Amino acid sequence: MKIFDHIPALIVAVPLLAAFLAPVVGRINKKAIGIFTLIALAISLIFTIILAFRVFSIGPQVYVFGEKFPSLTLPSGLKFPIRIIFQIDALGIFMGLITAVLSFLAAFYSLAFINKKDITYNYYSLLLLLTVSMFGMVLTGDIFNFFVFFEIASMSSVALICYRGTDFGEPAEAAFKYMVVSSISALMVLFAISIYYGQYDVLNIAALAKAIQYSQLDKIALGILLSVLAMKAGAVPMHMWTPDAYSEAPAPIAMILVAASQVSLYAIFRIVFTLYNIKLNTLTIGWIMIIFGVLSMFVGVTMAIIQKDIKRLIAYNAVSQTGYILLGVGVGLAVLTNPIALQRYGIVAIEGGIFQIINCAIYEGLLFLTAGALFFKTGTRNLDKMGGLAHYMKYTTIFFIIGVAAISGLPPFNGFASKLLIYESVYKFNPLLSIIAMVVSILTLASFIKVFNSAFLGPKLSQFKEVKEVPPSMILAMAVLSCIIIFFGLFPDLIVKNLVHPAVMSLIEQFKYTSTVLGGM
Amino acid sequence: MIGNFPYITVMIYIGCGIYILMFQRNLIKLAIGLNLIENGMNLFLITLGYRKGGVAPIYTQAPVGPVMVLPTPQALTLTSIVIGVATSALILSMAMMIYKHYGSIDLDEVRRLRG
Repeated sequence: MKIFDHIPALIVAVPLLAAFLAPVVGRINKKAIGIFTLIALAISLIFTIILAFRVFSIGPQVYVFGEKFPSLTLPSGLKFPIRIIFQIDALGIFMGLITAVLSFLAAFYSLAFINKKDITYNYYSLLLLLTVSMFGMVLTGDIFNFFVFFEIASMSSVALICYRGTDFGEPAEAAFKYMVVSSISALMVLFAISIYYGQYDVLNIAALAKAIQYSQLDKIALGILLSVLAMKAGAVPMHMWTPDAYSEAPAPIAMILVAASQVSLYAIFRIVFTLYNIKLNTLTIGWIMIIFGVLSMFVGVTMAIIQKDIKRLIAYNAVSQTGYILLGVGVGLAVLTNPIALQRYGIVAIEGGIFQIINCAIYEGLLFLTAGALFFKTGTRNLDKMGGLAHYMKYTTIFFIIGVAAISGLPPFNGFASKLLIYESVYKFNPLLSIIAMVVSILTLASFIKVFNSAFLGPKLSQFKEVKEVPPSMILAMAVLSCIIIFFGLFPDLIVKNLVHPAVMSLIEQFKYTSTVLGGM
Repeated sequence: MIGNFPYITVMIYIGCGIYILMFQRNLIKLAIGLNLIENGMNLFLITLGYRKGGVAPIYTQAPVGPVMVLPTPQALTLTSIVIGVATSALILSMAMMIYKHYGSIDLDEVRRLRG
C-alpha cells in the first residue's frame, strides 16, 4: 500500500525522468525512443486512472513533498502549510485524465508521423516535458508551483511549435509570437502571485482562499490573472497567436496544445471559484466571462469560414469551441450567489461547460490528427490543392466525418451532449446567448462542409495517385479518439453523473477544497 | 516615501518593457523588453521580502535577539531568474532562426502569417 500514497508525485516524476533519459535512449537506439516514451506515458496514464478511482471513491487527495507522511499537511501544529502540496480534487483529476489520454495518443500517433531520423529524441523529450508541465498545473495546490509548471509548458511548446526546423520561416515566426505571449502571461501571473504573497504570506491555494479579503489589491490581481490566462487560453480579443501556433505545430502537438489551452481555462476556474468564490462580485465577473465566450465563439467561427489552410481553419474553430466553455461556466458563475437560480440552471450550465472541456479536447484533437494525416500523405495544407482524397484514404475520411459531426453538435456524438446542456441552461439565463450559441454551431458545420467538399470529395486527381492510407499507428490513435467520441455521445448520463458532476461540485463548494488541507479550521 | 522607491523603479521597468513590446518592430528589442519586465518582477519580489531588522536565516550564525526572515521570496526570485535565462535563450534562438531564413529581424519584413 506504500506506493499508493506516492502516486500523485509519481504521475509527474515518471515522465519527467523519462524526458531526460529519452535522449540517452535515442543515442543508443533510434527506434527504441518512441517505444520508451510510450511506456513512460502509459505508466503515467495507469497511475492517473488509479488516482481517479481513489479521488472518486475516497475523496480529495493531498501529497506533501518532503514529508514523512505524505498526507500530513500541517505537521507539528503549524497554522498554515509551508511545503509544496499537490492537491487533487475531482476537477483536477478530470483535467489530469484528459492530459494523460491525449498525451499517450499523441505519442502513439507520433511513432509514424515523426520520421526525421536525426532529431527525433529532441521531439520525444519535449513531448514528455510538455506532458509533465500540464500534469503539474492541474495537480498542484501551490500557486507558485503553478507558475513554474506554466513556464515549463510555454518553453517546451515553443520548442515543439518550431520543430519543423530552419527550412521554413513560418514555424519560427509562430514560435516567436507564442513565446512573447506566454512569457508576458507567465510574468504577469508571477506579478499577481507576489501581490497575494505580499498581503497574506502564503502560497498555498487553500490557505490563500481562507485568508483572502477581496481588497483593492486582490481586485487588481484578479484582473491580471483573468486577462493573461484568457490570453493563454486563446479567448478572442487576445487570440492572435492561436491559429499560427496550432497550424505550424506538428499535428499531435497541436492536439496537446488544445489541451494546454484548456488547462489555462482550468486555472481561470480554479482562481475564480476556489480562490475567491462568493467574495467576488459574481455577476460582473460572470458577465465578463460570458462576453469573452460569446466573442470567441462568434469571431472564431467567422474567421474559420474564410480560411484556405486546413489547420488554420481547425485552429479558428478551436477558438470558437473554447467560447462555449467560457459561456457555460460564466453563466454558472453569474448566478453563484443566487441559490434558486443556481439549482434551476446554474449547476447544469457549469456541467455543460466542464463537459465541453473534455469533448472539445477530444474532437479538436481528432480533427487535428486527420489534418495531420492529410498533410502526411499530400505534403500540403492548402485546401485548394487537395481533392478526391476519399478515394485513397477511407479510414481518415470516416474519422473526419465523425469529428465534424461531433464539433458541430450533431446528435449521436459527444458535442451534442455538452452543447445541449449549455443551450438549455443558458436559455433560462438569457435566451439571446443561447440563440447565438446555436447559430455558431451551424456556422461551424458550414465551415467544415467546405473542408470536406474540397479535400475529400471530387474525382481522383493525378498528382495524388501514389497516396495510400496512413500507417496503422496513426489510424489506431484516431480510432481510439473516435470510439471515445461515440461512447460519450451514446452514454452522456454516465459521464456527467460520474465524472463531471463531482468536478462541478468541487468547484462550487469552496469549503471542501480548503478543508482538505487546513482541516476543519 | 523613500521606502517606496523600489516600487517606483519596478513600475518604470515594467512600463518600459510594455512600451517596447508594443511599439518596437525589432525582434531583438522585443527580447530586451521581455527581459526588462522580468527584471522589474524580480525586483518586486525581492522588495516584498525585505524586513527591517530581520536577519538572514543561517542556522549556525543566528544571533539570539532579532527575528529570522522566512526566505521564500528570495527562493522564488532565484527560480524566476533561472526561468528567465531559459526564456531569453529560447527567444533569442528563435530570432536567430528567423534571421537565418529571411535575412532580417524587422517585424514588418518577416511577417508571413496573417488572417
